Amino acid sequence: MRASGIEVLFLGSNFARLVEGLWVTVRISLLAVLLSLLLGILFGLFMTLQNPIARAVSRVYLEFIRIMPQLVLLFIAYFGVTRAFGWNWDAEFSAVLVFTLWGTAEMGDLVRGALKSIPQHQYDSAYALGMNRRQTFLYIIIPQTLRRLLPPTINLTTRMIKTTSLVVLIGITEVLKVGKQIIDVNRFQYPTASLWVYGAVFVLYFLACWPISLLAKYLEKRWR
Amino acid sequence: MKYSTIIKKIAALSLSAVLAVGALTACSGSGSDTANGSNAGEKNNATYRTVDEIKQSGKVIIGVFSDKAPFGYVDENGSYQGYDVYFAERIAKDLGVEVEYVSTDPASRVEYAATGKVDIILANFTVTEERAEKVDFALPYMKVKLGVVSPDTAVVRSIDDLKDKTLIVVKGTTAETYFEKNEPDVKLQKYDEYADAYNALLQGRGDAFSTDNTEVLAWALVNPGYTVGIDALGNADTIAPAVQKGNTSLLNWLNDEIKSLGNENFFHADYDATLASVYGAAANPDSLVVEGGVVD
Repeated sequence: MRASGIEVLFLGSNFARLVEGLWVTVRISLLAVLLSLLLGILFGLFMTLQNPIARAVSRVYLEFIRIMPQLVLLFIAYFGVTRAFGWNWDAEFSAVLVFTLWGTAEMGDLVRGALKSIPQHQYDSAYALGMNRRQTFLYIIIPQTLRRLLPPTINLTTRMIKTTSLVVLIGITEVLKVGKQIIDVNRFQYPTASLWVYGAVFVLYFLACWPISLLAKYLEKRWR
Repeated sequence: MKYSTIIKKIAALSLSAVLAVGALTACSGSGSDTANGSNAGEKNNATYRTVDEIKQSGKVIIGVFSDKAPFGYVDENGSYQGYDVYFAERIAKDLGVEVEYVSTDPASRVEYAATGKVDIILANFTVTEERAEKVDFALPYMKVKLGVVSPDTAVVRSIDDLKDKTLIVVKGTTAETYFEKNEPDVKLQKYDEYADAYNALLQGRGDAFSTDNTEVLAWALVNPGYTVGIDALGNADTIAPAVQKGNTSLLNWLNDEIKSLGNENFFHADYDATLASVYGAAANPDSLVVEGGVVD
């Protein structure tokens, strides 16, 4: 009866369920990442405005998101909103919303940092060469900014993918939860199954994050 | 110039409005542990569905555990099973509707019922005073006491044995509240999931693990080297379905259902179908099962 536990992975439809769980993870995180990248760039530009109101607003937004644990934000978006307004948002919608709000804030700060890190003489030289504002941004500033943005953006993306494991608390069964379900059902017959199931979950997360690292490597080479 | 500052001001206002909303909900949403301070929240939003509305929609939404065998779990084919689920299936059948399960965790059960995100919580939900302030409990269908399991090499037989030792508990369970309230000297090590808590015990991260006695008895049965040193701690707690506060229609329906199921000894059948094989001959179903909502 007692075996190594690896067979647990292949009992019934267990493996298919794990892959399905991974798809939930990937679906939520990629949607949130894409939205965060787009909105984050806009927010980053907004943050560099000299206007004091714009600064105050972006400061408050960034600090709020940064200080609040993602779990609290999830609970606010899923349970809090229903309590306060009676809006019954779908769990996946709440998850994408929270991760997008978080991603936008962090991405915005990365964009701001990357823009600020381009020295003033780059602008001055471009203007001296007779470029206008648009050309300066398009040919001088943005290419350099993108290159600086790449590593931190990849970090943020993979971090977001892994943090989506928190969505179990608002009832979404993603890959880690499926793993825990499998471990739990088999905890009496196969006490060592957890090792194999967590191992499989590790491999699945790796498969989700690795292509992103490869993409980053490729882009870094291309933009050199 | 003027135009762009107006735009910026509008953007600023809407952003701060969003933030204010966030702050407001934070008070009622996550601060719910302290007191039911959300004065407006609970009455304004009758998000619950009455029995008629559930029947009309053709679907009852029930929050169960998905990783707490043998009460609520998902088998290798992906379908929900267990003592709670057996009851949930019967509720759906008697309502004449399909059942939709929502996977809940110990820490989120209260919120699910309190916000009406699910019609019924059937997740091994122990009745406590704090919880009864936020949700409405129906009649009980099970009763438990706490148990403490520990390695044979250092069996914990009484609370005194736990002095200066580390006790593993799962967050949001009765064991956590019991030890926090009654035994503040015992060091607690908390985990989110049963699976993690058991691993912690197996790896020796704590000296003992406490949760419902049924659960530790079943676990000790198949894990040689571990003994349940304390098998009946605390008051006999009852386990009951919970609905959103104020949902009297569904609450009354559930109470009638539990009473009438008592006539056919439904929960003994439930026990035989789901728990008997796990607890073996060692356990007496009458120490666990509550029929017709009557606790003796």
